[in-house]
Amino acid sequence: MKKYIVRRLLLSIVVVWIVSVLIFLAARIGPDPVYMIASPGASEAELQSIRQRFGLDQPLPVQYFTFIIRALQGDLGESIYYGLPVSKIVVSRLPASLLLVGVAKFISLCIGLVAGLMAARRRGRWQDNLVKWFSLLGLSMPNFWIAMLLILIFSVKLKILPTGGYGGIAHVLMPAFSLGWYFSAGYTRIIYSSLLQVLNSEYIKLARVKGLSEKSVVGKHALKNALIPVVTLAGMNLVVMISGAVAVETVFAWPGLGLLMYHGAVYRDFNIVQAVVLFISAMMVMINLLVDILYAYIDPRIRYQYH
Amino acid sequence: MTRAPKIPVIILLILILSAIFADFLALHDPEIGNPRRRLLPPFWEERGTLQFPLGTDTMGRDILSRLIYGARISLLVAFGAVIFAGCLGTAAGVTAGFFGGWVDQVIMRFTDAWLSIPMVMFGMLMAVIVGPGVFNIVVIMSLVFWTRYARVARGETLSLKTRDFVHLATIAGCGKFRIMRKHILPNVMNSVITLASLQIGIAVVVEASLTFLGVGVPPPKPAWGLMLSEGRGGLIAGYWWLVVFPGMAIALLVMSFNLVGDWLRIYLDPHYRNLE
Repeated sequence: MKKYIVRRLLLSIVVVWIVSVLIFLAARIGPDPVYMIASPGASEAELQSIRQRFGLDQPLPVQYFTFIIRALQGDLGESIYYGLPVSKIVVSRLPASLLLVGVAKFISLCIGLVAGLMAARRRGRWQDNLVKWFSLLGLSMPNFWIAMLLILIFSVKLKILPTGGYGGIAHVLMPAFSLGWYFSAGYTRIIYSSLLQVLNSEYIKLARVKGLSEKSVVGKHALKNALIPVVTLAGMNLVVMISGAVAVETVFAWPGLGLLMYHGAVYRDFNIVQAVVLFISAMMVMINLLVDILYAYIDPRIRYQYH
Repeated sequence: MTRAPKIPVIILLILILSAIFADFLALHDPEIGNPRRRLLPPFWEERGTLQFPLGTDTMGRDILSRLIYGARISLLVAFGAVIFAGCLGTAAGVTAGFFGGWVDQVIMRFTDAWLSIPMVMFGMLMAVIVGPGVFNIVVIMSLVFWTRYARVARGETLSLKTRDFVHLATIAGCGKFRIMRKHILPNVMNSVITLASLQIGIAVVVEASLTFLGVGVPPPKPAWGLMLSEGRGGLIAGYWWLVVFPGMAIALLVMSFNLVGDWLRIYLDPHYRNLE
């Protein structure tokens, strides 16, 4: 087990390192970053002084080395637009992102559970078809379009929900639903297929033979086992959801990492964009690592591969 | 289920044909408007005319014409991105799987790292660097999408490598490059095409998202994502047609791609085909 964890940990560090190199290089393949910082029409002497101040006159490996040392100390530079350290801004936006993703996750899991259960129990009937269409719609509509349709219906026509901003439960409902619908399709499919598999197994037949009520068979015995893959997917999806929320946060002016990213892109504030991508990627690697370790802990076959 | 689903195929055909023949089909210029006829509603509403069946936008441009030209951009970008990404990823995956050892390690670690950068955010990062533009967005999206092809192609290659016909080709004196090209690649293609058909819908949504966020196709081009971001301002005032029609176009296209992709996946899988 120890060997396995060490191995996975080392691999994760390698992955994060490659990501940092990629992001660093991506910033350098574009036009000379000096022109992003300098005001238009700056003289050659001014450009040179900017190059010196930001270390852009150094060779690339040296630049990368200073970049990574600073990044490890939590210093990702200053935002040109906000005039604050980037890492501070990113951390301050995290709670809003997590709240949105948390509610979206809850909504999508509820939908997935109800829809998957309904489709599996009424296989081939109209409920099954309804669920399939609902999933297909969720997978096909861009989340920011769902967001705008919801605003049209609930804010403009019915006037019962606010059009955007950060606040109470009323503010989070529409963003969370527009973000969650897409992901609910995945949960529905998994609950559906694993329920079908479990419902055909021997121990469910035994539970039926024992004379347990249908409610007890499905709710207590079948559902519990069908939930394991759902929980895994929900965990692995967490970071994907945060990054998928960029457009939704933009529509609702929801002050999370996504809106920060959008403003960074609009104002060409490169440090912000770079920091958010680096931060989210590191989170993704960490969650994958946790899932792998958890799996090795649950499933002995994985951890004995490395003995 | 060997027959193609009819309605999605018809929708796809309509969209592809309107993309090709946009110059003949569109009634108005998609990029030039007239301020005097701005924000006209669709023809069935009050003030609407059949001259502008789906209404006009904030700059007085015909929405239907913009939708027709928009199909061209969406399809071009989506197909371009998926084809570029497919070539890049398949080449990387087949190489990694065929050579194994450290080549495999390097390529696959690189792929893992790439996969842990979130798609839309990575696209935005690249777009901020290289700037907006139709060609740029195709390149950026193929850089976003290639990793999945690499994984699939590598997996297939690993299992093909142990098969007898590959061993026989080696014995017959085939060079490594020739085996990869003549014996491995054709057998990997089925999986790659399946993946491409499932990814093209996602590609349409990612392009629309990037364009919506202002880092994709630049204005005044009639891209659907751009129409949505331009229509966002009129949402509160109740100009619903600015937002409903472009989104519907995206959803229809993506849904048709998804349904056809699902069918293709089963159709190309010999395991399912033999069951019929």
